[in-house]
Amino acid sequence: MNALTDAQALRPAGRPETPRAAEPAEAAAVPRGAAPGPVPATATAAAPLATPAVRLRGLDKRYGDRPVLRQLSLDIEPGSFVAIVGRSGCGKSTLLRIIAGLESADAGEVHVATPAGSDARGGAGQPGVRLMFQDPRLLPWKSVIDNVRLGLPRDCLARARAALADVGLLDRAGDWPAVLSGGQRQRVALARALVHRPQLLLLDEPLGALDALTRIEMHGLIERLWREHGFTAVLVTHDVQEAVALADRVLVIDAGVVDLDRRVPLPRPRGRGTAPFAQLESEVLGRVLARPS
Amino acid sequence: MNAAAARAGATRQRLVRVVLPWLVPALILAAWELASRAGWLSARILPEPWAVLQATGRLVASGELARDTLVSAGRALAGLAVGGGLGLLLGLLTGLYKPAETALDSSLQMVRNIPPLAMIPLVILWFGIDEGAKLFLVALGVFFPIYLNTFHGIRSVDPGLIEMARSYGLRGWELYRHVILPGALPSILVGLRFSLGLMWVLLIVAETISASSGIGYMTMNAREFLQTDVVVVGILLYALLGKLADLVARALEKACLPWHPAHQGIR
Repeated sequence: MNALTDAQALRPAGRPETPRAAEPAEAAAVPRGAAPGPVPATATAAAPLATPAVRLRGLDKRYGDRPVLRQLSLDIEPGSFVAIVGRSGCGKSTLLRIIAGLESADAGEVHVATPAGSDARGGAGQPGVRLMFQDPRLLPWKSVIDNVRLGLPRDCLARARAALADVGLLDRAGDWPAVLSGGQRQRVALARALVHRPQLLLLDEPLGALDALTRIEMHGLIERLWREHGFTAVLVTHDVQEAVALADRVLVIDAGVVDLDRRVPLPRPRGRGTAPFAQLESEVLGRVLARPS
Repeated sequence: MNAAAARAGATRQRLVRVVLPWLVPALILAAWELASRAGWLSARILPEPWAVLQATGRLVASGELARDTLVSAGRALAGLAVGGGLGLLLGLLTGLYKPAETALDSSLQMVRNIPPLAMIPLVILWFGIDEGAKLFLVALGVFFPIYLNTFHGIRSVDPGLIEMARSYGLRGWELYRHVILPGALPSILVGLRFSLGLMWVLLIVAETISASSGIGYMTMNAREFLQTDVVVVGILLYALLGKLADLVARALEKACLPWHPAHQGIR
C-alpha cells in the first residue's frame, strides 16, 4: 500500500520523461493564457526541482452543469506555506477537498507525496494528509484529550498530551469540548491534526468563525507550529490579510482557474503595518475584486 | 448584615422550592379526608385516605402487595427487554444499513400506526389469556418508540463529524463505536423514556383483561368485592412504579451522557 503511493508520488518526479503528465499541463496553459492580466506562465516553471508535495494536472470538477474547477494545474513545494484566496464559490474549498481525497475530480491528476516517516493513516483522504475544517468538528462525547487521540493507537497518550501542550491547552485535557471557547476548540482541532505528524496540513478557512483578536493569536500559533514541524501547509481563506501574513505564496482562484500566483518575499515575523505588506495586500485584494462574479 | 440577609433569603427560597410542590397534593388529600368524614363522599365511590392507608398495611402484612408488585414488574421488564431489545436491534440495522431501511422501514411505519391496544382481540385469540398475551402487548408497545428513536438518532448524527472521523482513518466498528453510537445515544434514551411510560399503560390494560396475579388482578379482584380501598391502593401503586421508571431513565441519561450540555449546568 505504502509502496504503491510512493511509486505514485515518485512518478511525476522524473519530469522530463513523463510526456503523459506534461500533455495535460500544456492543455491547461491554453485557457489560462487567454485570461487577461499578467499570469505566470505555468506553476511548473516556478517550482524548484524537488518532488512537489502536491502536484495537480488539468483538474476538472463540476457540480451538475456548473463548472467549479477548470483545467487547474498546480505544484506545491514541500515545506512551503501556500494560501489560496478567492471569493466564496470560486472553487477554493473544493480544490482543498480534492487534495484531501474527500472528493474526486471529474478529470485530471492528483499526486500527493507521502514520503516514509509519516504515520498518519489514510482515511477517506490521503495518507500523510490532515485536514482542518472550518468548524472544529470535535466529538462532544469525548474529552479534549480523547478527541486529540482519535484514530491513534492506544499507547499514544504521551504524544497526544505533547500535541495538546503544543497548542497551550494541556490544562484542559479532561474537559468536555462544550465548555471551551471557539478559539480553544480550533486549537484542539489543530492539535488533533498535528498529532498524526502529517506531511501536508490542509486548512479550510479554520479561522473564519473566530473574532479578530483570536485570529491574530491563531496566526502566530499556526506559523510557529509550521516552522517547528516543517509540514507543507495549504490554507484556504477569504481573508487576504491572513493570506499575506502567513503564506510564502498566495494563489488567487477565480472561476475555477489560478488567476494570480504571487510569492510573498516578506521576512518573518511579518508586521502587518509595514508598507510592503500593505502594498502586497492591496495588490492581491485588487485581483480578487477585479472581476464581477 | 447584607450577606446574612441574602443568606436568609436564599434559605427561604429553597424552603419554598421544596415545600410548594407538595402543597397542592396535601390540600387535596386533606379535602378528600374531610369530605369522606363529613359523609359527602360515599366509601363505595372513594374511600377515605385513612382507609386506603389501612388497606395498604393489610396488603403489605399479608405479602400480597409484594407478590403482585413483583409479578407485574417482572412482566413489564420482560416485555421491555423483548420489545426494546428488538427495537434497538432493528433500529441499528435500518439506521446503519441502507438496504435494510428500504426493505423494512415502510412496513414498520405501517404497523406503527396500529394502536397496540387494538390488537387485544387478536392477541387473546393467539395467546389465550396467558403470560404470552401480556408479554406480547407490552413488547409491541415499547418496540416502536425505541425503534424510531434509534433509527432517527443514527440518521441525525452530524455528517460533518462522520466525514472528519473518516478522514482521520476511522473505519467500520471504530467509526460506530467512537462516532455513530455515541451520537445516537441521546435519541435512543429519549426512546427508552417514552417506552417506559407506555410499558405501564399496556401492562395495566393487559392485566385488567385477565390475570390471576399482578397489580391489575389485585384491583379487578377487589372491584368484584367492592373493596374500593384496595382498588385505590393499586392505582397509587401504578403511579409510584411509573414515577420510579422515570427516575431510572433520568439517572441513566445522566450516567450515559455526562458530556451533554443539559447535564453541565452545575460544575
